[in-house]
Amino acid sequence: MAKTTNLLFTGVGGQGTILTTKLLSNALVDAGYDVKMSEIHGMAQRGGTVNTQLKYGDKVYAPNIGEGEADYVIAFEKAEALRALPYLKDGGVVLTDEREIYSMPVLLGQAEYPHGWLKETEYNVKVIPAYEIAEKLGSARDSNIVMLGAVSKLLGIAVTLPPKFNAKAFDAGREAV
Amino acid sequence: MQKQILSGNEAVARGAWEAGVRVAAAYPGTPSTEILENLGALAASPPAALSEGDNLYATWANNEAIATEIAFGAAVGGSRSLTAMKHVGMNVAADPIFSGAYAGINAGMVIISCDDPGCYSSQNEQDNRLYAAHAKLIMLEPSDSQECLDFVKAAFELSEQFDLPVLLRMTTRVCHSKSVVTLGERKARAVKTYNGDWTKYVVLPVNARRRHIIVEENLAKLREASYSSTLNRAENNPDTKIGVITSGMSYQHAKEAFGDTVSYLKLGITYPICTKLIADFSEKFEEIYVVEEGEPYILPSVQLSATVPVVINEPFIQGELDAERIRAAFGVAIVESGVRKAEITTSAPGRPPVLCAGCPHRGFFYALSNRNGKYVGVGDIGCYTLGVNAPFNGMDICICMGSGFSIPIGLSKALEAQGDTRKVFGMLGDSTFFHSGFNSLVDAVHQKANVCLVVLDNSITAMTGHQENSGTEKNLMGYEVPKVSIEQMILSTGLPKERLLIVNPIDQKQMGAAIDTAISNESGVTVIITKYPCALLKDVIKARGTTHCEVDPEKCVGCKSCMKVACPSLAFDASKKKAYVADTANCTGCGLCAQMCKVGAIKEVK
Repeated sequence: MAKTTNLLFTGVGGQGTILTTKLLSNALVDAGYDVKMSEIHGMAQRGGTVNTQLKYGDKVYAPNIGEGEADYVIAFEKAEALRALPYLKDGGVVLTDEREIYSMPVLLGQAEYPHGWLKETEYNVKVIPAYEIAEKLGSARDSNIVMLGAVSKLLGIAVTLPPKFNAKAFDAGREAV
Repeated sequence: MQKQILSGNEAVARGAWEAGVRVAAAYPGTPSTEILENLGALAASPPAALSEGDNLYATWANNEAIATEIAFGAAVGGSRSLTAMKHVGMNVAADPIFSGAYAGINAGMVIISCDDPGCYSSQNEQDNRLYAAHAKLIMLEPSDSQECLDFVKAAFELSEQFDLPVLLRMTTRVCHSKSVVTLGERKARAVKTYNGDWTKYVVLPVNARRRHIIVEENLAKLREASYSSTLNRAENNPDTKIGVITSGMSYQHAKEAFGDTVSYLKLGITYPICTKLIADFSEKFEEIYVVEEGEPYILPSVQLSATVPVVINEPFIQGELDAERIRAAFGVAIVESGVRKAEITTSAPGRPPVLCAGCPHRGFFYALSNRNGKYVGVGDIGCYTLGVNAPFNGMDICICMGSGFSIPIGLSKALEAQGDTRKVFGMLGDSTFFHSGFNSLVDAVHQKANVCLVVLDNSITAMTGHQENSGTEKNLMGYEVPKVSIEQMILSTGLPKERLLIVNPIDQKQMGAAIDTAISNESGVTVIITKYPCALLKDVIKARGTTHCEVDPEKCVGCKSCMKVACPSLAFDASKKKAYVADTANCTGCGLCAQMCKVGAIKEVK
């Protein structure tokens, strides 16, 4: 059985989840790994949940990750981290932006946002203020690059950031974990 | 050779490019869209200089049948051609596909079907492998991006060798997964001479009968040839008692589930299926498993030809397949230790997709929902299908492309027969109008149906990610093209001018008045065109700059009137009892919420 490292990225449509996974995939290919990435987005552009899955190792077969199989859950939004927890492997790590984005049922008052779940959990959860960091650096849109920096540090993978991306955001992410 | 990580769709486009494809046409549809997008990019800026006389023409077509016919025309004419569609698109294209197979081709033709097990973004889970035998198409199934590239090249070769279109059958997980691919170079091919053989290409009964015989002969020849084809692959692992027969993405899931504990026969050519291959493979094992996502399609062939018992599992007809489902179905213990499902007590609130901030459809659906009890809504396939959700509940029925304008004809008759006086509203977008909505509209006018038909024109094919259509000024390759007028098309049916209402859907006075007029028209067709561009169009975003709305907390009385438009940028602070714009980056300042405010608390700011 080929051993792979499995990552599940999750966020809300428009947050740059897919782009971040792509940048990390390229870095992993450059590092010589076999890599597969799944980016099933469906109607995600309309503010739905976006999941991308990334697996790497000597040889990867199925590109998707089943429940209980993710070594890392990387969340760009706090409630999405919670939603993705069933995918986490025993002993796996969650990295999440502390940002909260309210979905339509929350905005309409039909559902409650789980503000406090991080405090209640026993999982290994690392929280970073990626959105805030990016905002302070001048562009909140770069919060995904902050996350990418943090992930690259966690995995110990060197990422050569293409010049059009914000290197400061990336470095800040590396320092945040 | 250069290595890249590509999605299945990108790899198919690249493979077709390398195979010398000259004409490619498609109607967008998830998960197939990126195939033509990538071919369009390759046509617009080729990665290497083209040989003299070589070229690629890539275009969107108004529907899948037209795209298939464009590709067929090119193939018969002598140019290698391709069309790609989502699975339900193949239903639309079935007519030219079935008869085109009888006629055969000249240069190679590849038809790509992208199925969607699990309905990630589709209306059904149909398994288009069943089309291959029905339509007499050679079928190949790739399982990763490298195979996507290699198989599309092989498909062109097989198409020419056996004089049949080839169906390259993919699934969402193949289309939208990325894996490492080694790229090749484009091999330019001379256009084959067009011979205009009407005894082949005109499917008169006399020709069709003869062609049918030839098609069956060609398929039989391929069935033989498939035995030694490298597209099929046996992986015999030492000391294994079970042989697994599989294809496409199911192969990857099977490898994940069983690892090296079994042997594999991975079929690349899945129509026609080479039964001798199955018989020879099976005799080495005690038992055979068939692992296939979707309908039991390979299974009957295996049952007919395997020389040892075939274990029958509960078929994976519904939902996407994964390793865990395979393990459960075949009683395999979980391979990796330490894997368990995380135990969660708190649950996350749902996050359903919604109409974007600034979406023009919101203005229409809000106005319509205000006339509750006076209308019955019939929707269609596009972003506006989201109008079905609360709080709009804008439609009761939506099944397929174009039906938004034809279902109302029948529905209005049925409602009339039971004394239900509500007006039936059909609604579809500009792209869907060009796809098939116009045909339905012609019928509605001709039949004097008592309906209101609404074209939600946002100037782009939006749902699939902004593809050009006949109403846009540029084509897939970026060239300027004539823009076809929806308004003139509608008036060409003879619909009286006063029955065509063109409005800005954000402006609730205009929008509401148009809906009221349509409801009060006692018979015949009323058509409304809502004209307002998609908020996500690059030009629209650029023109908007930082414009957005803000709520003045001094003026806001907390009445929540603005919340009725259900905009994702607008939130309500329950503790302060004030509405506020929570997402100023995505708020477009369209001002729909401001029209709801009775105290003038919402203002546009730059």
